Amino acid sequence: MLKTIIDRLLQGVVVIICLLTLTFFLIRMIPGDPLTDEKAMSPQVRAQNMKIFHLDKSKTVQYGYYWKNLFQGEMGMSSKKEQPVSKIIKQSFPVSVILGVCGMIIAVLIGIPAGIIAALKHNSLIDNGAMFFAMLGISIPSFVIGPLLAKFVATEVPYLKVAGWGDPFDWILPSITLGLGTAAYLARITRAGMLDILSQDFIRTAQAKGVSQTSIIVKHALKGGLVPAIAFIGPAFAMLITGSFVVETIFQVPGMGQHFVNATNDRDYFLLQGMVLLFGILIVMVNLAADILLTYLNPRLRS
Amino acid sequence: MEIEQGNSLWSDAWLRLKKNRMAFISLWVLVIIFILCFILPMTPLIKSARDTDLSNTFAAPSAEHLLGTDQIGRDLLSRVLTGGQISLLVGLIATVISIIIGVSYGAISGYKGGKTDTVLMRIVDVLYGLPSLILVILFSIVISTVAKDNEEYLQDLLRSKALVNLVVNILPLCLTIGILGWYTMARVVRSQVMSTKKLEYVEAAVSLGLTHKNILFKQILPNLLGPIIVYTTLTIPGFILTEATLSFLGVGVQPPNSSWGILLNEGANFMETQPRLLIIPSLVFGITLLCLNFLGDGLRDALDPKASKD
Repeated sequence: MLKTIIDRLLQGVVVIICLLTLTFFLIRMIPGDPLTDEKAMSPQVRAQNMKIFHLDKSKTVQYGYYWKNLFQGEMGMSSKKEQPVSKIIKQSFPVSVILGVCGMIIAVLIGIPAGIIAALKHNSLIDNGAMFFAMLGISIPSFVIGPLLAKFVATEVPYLKVAGWGDPFDWILPSITLGLGTAAYLARITRAGMLDILSQDFIRTAQAKGVSQTSIIVKHALKGGLVPAIAFIGPAFAMLITGSFVVETIFQVPGMGQHFVNATNDRDYFLLQGMVLLFGILIVMVNLAADILLTYLNPRLRS
Repeated sequence: MEIEQGNSLWSDAWLRLKKNRMAFISLWVLVIIFILCFILPMTPLIKSARDTDLSNTFAAPSAEHLLGTDQIGRDLLSRVLTGGQISLLVGLIATVISIIIGVSYGAISGYKGGKTDTVLMRIVDVLYGLPSLILVILFSIVISTVAKDNEEYLQDLLRSKALVNLVVNILPLCLTIGILGWYTMARVVRSQVMSTKKLEYVEAAVSLGLTHKNILFKQILPNLLGPIIVYTTLTIPGFILTEATLSFLGVGVQPPNSSWGILLNEGANFMETQPRLLIIPSLVFGITLLCLNFLGDGLRDALDPKASKD
């Protein structure tokens, strides 16, 4: 168990190093630099600024400086926003986390019960209906659902706004938009997992012994049947975090997504690197947590 | 005496697919969508998607413009169809790229086994951990800038405006999506190759002295077509979705080219006053993805050797 965790942690570190290195060199392959867009900058000031950011050095030297600064906890300045990257992250990161967590809660609340019910009523109208809606949820992306919700729901229901991020009511529509796709996947995976368990011998034995249906489902089937769904939650959370770019654009949520896309377009090297670092750590941690939970739930994985 | 004629895997699969009503309807809907997108715009029935008419913006559907016009007077029906060409093309080309990479990588990893396999699969594990949307955005910008820098050279080489446009503006996107989307295919193929290489016919091929390349690509891989086809049909809708997401975020297909993602992005801007511009592309896009997913699911059931032969 401990070996697995250490193994996964090491792998996570490699993932993050690869990610940061790729980002570092990819963004520098695009023509232009962080100071290109600044208007009316005299050559002297420009040279001065280039020096401050070490942009006058070769890419390898810059790369060295990057890691040195990173180990000292320094993520640099955003050239576009003229603020430290750490400050921008402090402002936008909690927003993205709230959105991601709310999206996940909605996905779990809809997806898992739907999957369980569909499996229990296998091949019934409820099952077919639920699976049709799940397919719909997988096929229709958030940037279609979002605007439609904004148009038809936000304008009808009081408290709900088309865009913005003021009070918790504003969290509702973006979270639903973000969570529906994941809910659909979860429903399908939960259903398949439950069907698999329900067809096994120990369930039939329990039924033959006269154990009540509720007890069979709650005590025996759920534990094993939910394993695939939980295995999916880790990668799904990572998907939600990056998927929130789109939802943040639709509902004008001041999260990290907008910064990420803008930083790429503005060649804002340091802001982009900071964002990627944070996303990388978050995704690695979530995947690790999901793996540990899974090993705990599924004894067969422990060896 | 009558000899029972055995059914091949494929005719069995076809029979099973026909019984799956949703999958079979989806197949026909997709055929119709392909014909509408790729053949109809070539006929004079459909107006050019790029002809603007500023005196006739936001026109309601009429005999002249069956689905009305958009914010600068372009025919919406024509835009939906030609946008579909790009979306479907990106989905297909990216899938081909990802299959080529994924199948060869997975096949070599599974066939070699041992240390090579461990190392290759570790690399996939690491790549899997990388957040794909982030890399897709970065890669697509880098690759398309490189392509644009070489536009003049390509102009001389290809001598066709449409082809250069395709190579400069669309192909980079396909490459990006394909290059970052082969991991699952590699894993699927690897595990299939590992179990197949233990079978007797492979042993026979080895004892006949065939080369490894021959055994792997000519003997083993053709037997894995089933899983590869199934996974392909499930990949295409995913890639079409990726393209639309990128275009929606403004880093995918660039105007004047358009795709369903672009149409959805533009439509979302006018949804308050002209919901038609959002709803019509959404419907076509949603139906296409829905059908592709249903077909993929149906094929998986049909080609699954474990499925009962009823």
